[in-house]
Amino acid sequence: MERKTKIDAEDGKQELVITREFDLPLELLFKAYIEPEIVEQWMGTKVLKLENRRHGGWQFETSDTQGNVVFRAEGVIHAFYPNRKITRTFEMENASFGVQLELLEFEKLTDDTSKLSIHTIFESVALRDGLLKLPFAKGLNMAHNRLQEIVSKLG
Amino acid sequence: MRLRRDVFQAIADPTRRAILLLVASQAMTAGAIASNFDTARPTVSKHLQILTECELLEQEQNGREIYYQINAKKMKEVADFIEPFREMWDDRFNKLESIMKNYKSEK
Repeated sequence: MERKTKIDAEDGKQELVITREFDLPLELLFKAYIEPEIVEQWMGTKVLKLENRRHGGWQFETSDTQGNVVFRAEGVIHAFYPNRKITRTFEMENASFGVQLELLEFEKLTDDTSKLSIHTIFESVALRDGLLKLPFAKGLNMAHNRLQEIVSKLG
Repeated sequence: MRLRRDVFQAIADPTRRAILLLVASQAMTAGAIASNFDTARPTVSKHLQILTECELLEQEQNGREIYYQINAKKMKEVADFIEPFREMWDDRFNKLESIMKNYKSEK
């Protein structure tokens, strides 16, 4: 069965919802969100801090091959209910997207399948739309990095 | 249909995507846009012309200057606009799923 990620972003609203069904028991899906070394693998980022509790904080950081930090994001955990719900803030450093409120809900479908929905609320409609456009920039950076690699091999 | 295809061709070019991103936050003159790229000024002008022709960008006269801004309405019409964002999350979740399947079988 093909499980697809869905994005629900209604026009003119400052929120979006990401939903996905997994071929995983609920406990394993939840674990992928709370174990730093697992988060690092699938998010492709370094986990500097991940305090899975109410009033805990989290911090992720990604560096390029030269060791320059290219991405840093952080926030606080507002609510933490194991295997059920995480409510947290999210803010990217040095980006003009403001702070977002993220409500992550984990749901059991069957013994072997589960569902995740991430409800993200932005400070404004414009900021939400701006973030949706961001992966365009990612494509550009990747092309740029590829070019740098090729050039360095020539030298 | 032709126009629709052109819009996607316009978006497929990395420099044009970068221009759209740049202008997404504020309206800018052609000169200000060009200063963000190493590309020759006429090349940037050509990109701006293409983006304007397929209505992804709008021109606005402000005194003697022409400002380029995102045509939000047109952008929304490009139904697959959200697709790169969706694919990014789909990739991450696919990875999550395969990592946890291995994790389960190791236990």
